[in-house]
Order: sequence, then structure tokens, then C-alpha cells
Amino acid sequence: MTEIKLTVNGVARSDEVEPRLLLIHYLRETLGLRAANVGCDTTSCGACTVLLDGESVKSCTVLAVQANDRSVTTAEGLVAQDGTMSTVQQAFRENHGLQCGFCTPGMVMAATSLLAENPHPTEQEVREGLEGNFCRCTGYHNIVQSVLSAADKLSGSSPAAEVPANGVTA
Amino acid sequence: MIPASFDYEVADSAAHALSLLAEHGEDAKLLAGGHSLLPMMKVRLAQPAVLIDIARIAELSGIRVEGDEIVIGATTRHADVAESEVLKAEAPLLAYAALQIGDPQIRHRGTIGGSLAHADPSADLPMALLALGGSVEITGPSGVRAVGADDFFVGPFESALGPDELLSAVRVPRGGSVPWGYQKFVRRANDWAIVGAAAYGGRVALASMGGTPLRATATEEALRSGASVAEAARLAAEGTSPGYDFHADVDYRQHLARVLVRRALEGKAG
Repeated sequence: MTEIKLTVNGVARSDEVEPRLLLIHYLRETLGLRAANVGCDTTSCGACTVLLDGESVKSCTVLAVQANDRSVTTAEGLVAQDGTMSTVQQAFRENHGLQCGFCTPGMVMAATSLLAENPHPTEQEVREGLEGNFCRCTGYHNIVQSVLSAADKLSGSSPAAEVPANGVTA
Repeated sequence: MIPASFDYEVADSAAHALSLLAEHGEDAKLLAGGHSLLPMMKVRLAQPAVLIDIARIAELSGIRVEGDEIVIGATTRHADVAESEVLKAEAPLLAYAALQIGDPQIRHRGTIGGSLAHADPSADLPMALLALGGSVEITGPSGVRAVGADDFFVGPFESALGPDELLSAVRVPRGGSVPWGYQKFVRRANDWAIVGAAAYGGRVALASMGGTPLRATATEEALRSGASVAEAARLAAEGTSPGYDFHADVDYRQHLARVLVRRALEGKAG
């Protein structure tokens, strides 16, 4: 067993874990944070996306020990203490950026990371920025609209409107 | 899927990593971003007894100019290579190649050294390093040695790196004005190249056309003899031995190589 100390959603955590414990299982099973889902379990689908030191990662391909001394944020951690959702979460709700909802926590975390890196993405950049997240309901249109709407609200101005010439990439 | 049990060690310097490698021998594997190794461990294609975490070693990370080369620390992540202003200006092919890997989440974790050491013949960075004529810096018990990209890749998922050695840095030439092109043919976003082609000046490299990334030597020779791009590109598949799968048979891969090499030599990136 290896001791890890990390911050999860702003709370300091300390646990003894097996080195082979995956971060997704640490979050779901040890801490009971069930927003991040296990989808493909092969670094493809993005359902397990969380933020590691503010950047999106696929927690099925990160060991819990690799998060030692670092900060992890899940979709639960985007919600303020008074229950207010983050701008990205709110935008997904307003734009109906989900169908079955399984991919949604991962989409929200990937979008949060994308907007931190690129606050004014074009539609094409949103689609490429979410290429690591699959929606098997194939409801990409509203997801992309949600992210563009969140970018708009976060920046207080309209992002560059661009219609992709070559169709869907996400 | 959960990897088999292993012991976990954190190295705090390159020297410490080497001493841990010496201690644990071939049962140990180095862990940086883990985006090649952990997927293999999850399906038990790899079952190391010890993982030595080198991701926190500051001396192994970062990008700097050194004379007429750019030196990239082995644990520098794909996202940092892709976004590096120095690389975008002086080795744009490498920055572009890093941006073609996987997706943003994967680029936040995967490292240049890890990808090269993994030596996947269909991957972006091995092909890019070969096209650039770069080299890797290998640190071992007897010191540091440099191995050129032409000698580093020796077989599928097999490199010149010894079990007691650490790939510590990557070197690429400064060549911001050298014409380059990059082509990666995939069926879906995120996939490995069905065929890839990268051109840098008169050097041309191919991915997924054999057990290692390959130079398109017949094309390079034709270009040196004054052949046109179209003529030279028609020779791109000579000497290649691609595999076949449900995406593409051998003939189709060789056809793709000729088309993609022409586009790469025309300076196209896509």
C-alpha cells in the first residue's frame, strides 16, 4: 500500500491505496464520487474525464498514486456550496446538452478544461476540443451549442461564429 | 480492467531512476504519463513487477534551445510540445505532430519520451523524429549516449533503449524555414494512422508501413536526382512491408503512402 495525499474538489484527502488502483476507482469507490463514469475503460470515450491540476485527463488511465500531491476536480466539485452549478453545467442544462446523460460529466469536465485553455473557441475548435469524448446518443449538436453558450457567458462577448466546412468531427 | 499488482517507486532524480532500474532489473518499467504503458498493463500485455515514476523529475522536463538544436526533456507532455512557441517557430513539424496525438486529455498526460520509447510504428512522434533527423539522448549506468532516429527504432515496439537505461531527452534540428508537410490518414478521430507521411526538406518518413517508422529512401533519392515531387512520390512505397487489417490491405497502404507522401512534399498538413 502507498499513502497518497491530494485535494479532491477542494477537500484534502489522505488514503492508503494499492499502487494499481486507478484514479476513477479511487474517486468512485473510495470517495463515493460517482459523477465520473467508467465507459470504455480504454482511454477512448472520455466518460471518466476529470481535472488534474485543472487540466482534463481520463481517470481510467491515471493511477491514484500519480495524483499524489495534486488537485483533482470532478463534476461534483464544479457545483458551489449553495448548489449553484458552474457556468458550463448551467449551459448544458439550458441548451439540453445531453440525452441519456452518461457522457455528460465527462463532457462538462472536458469543456471546462477546453474553455480554460481557449476562452473564445470557434465551433470547429469546440468540436476538436471534445474529440476525446464520445456521446453514443450522438447528441453532439446541443453539446457543442452548450459549450459555445458557456464560452459566451464566461467572456461576456460572442465567440467567433464559424460553421465548419467539413461537418462533424467530435 | 485493473492492472496486475506491482510495487511503486518514485524517482526524485535521473540518477535515482537509474539506481532503481539497476536494483529491479528487467522487472521494472519507467512510468511517466503512462498513456502507452497503463493501457497495456490493464489488458496484461505488460506486467512489470515495479513501476518507477519519473514524472516528477524536474530535470527531465522542459524545452530549450541549444546551439542549432532544440532539446526537449523526455517527460515533456504532448500538450506542451504542441503549444511551445519555440517549437512552433523552429520545428513546426514536431509541434504539429504532437497535436495530432489522441485527444486533449491524452495530450495532457502522454510524454514525448514515453511515446518514442514505446516505438509504435504507427504513432506520430516516431515518424516525426525520423523525418526531422532528430536524435534521442539515453542516460545509462555508463553515462549519456546519443542515438539518431535512424538507429533508434529497431522493431515493432522495440527500440535501442536498454533495460537499464533512461530516455532522457529528445533533440531536433532548428529549421523554421525548412519546408515540411504532415499527413495522417485515419478513419476516425483519435485513431492511429492507417498510413502516415511526414516530409522535412528532402527527408521523408512513413508510419504504419512496416515494423518501424521508415524512411522513404527511393523517394528521397529521386528528389536528390532532380525528380519532380509527383515522380518522387510514386516511389514512396518501395521497400516497405506494411501489415494488413480490416482497415487496409497491403496494396491499399502502399497506394496511400504514394498519395500521402506527395501531399506531404507539397507542404500540406492534415
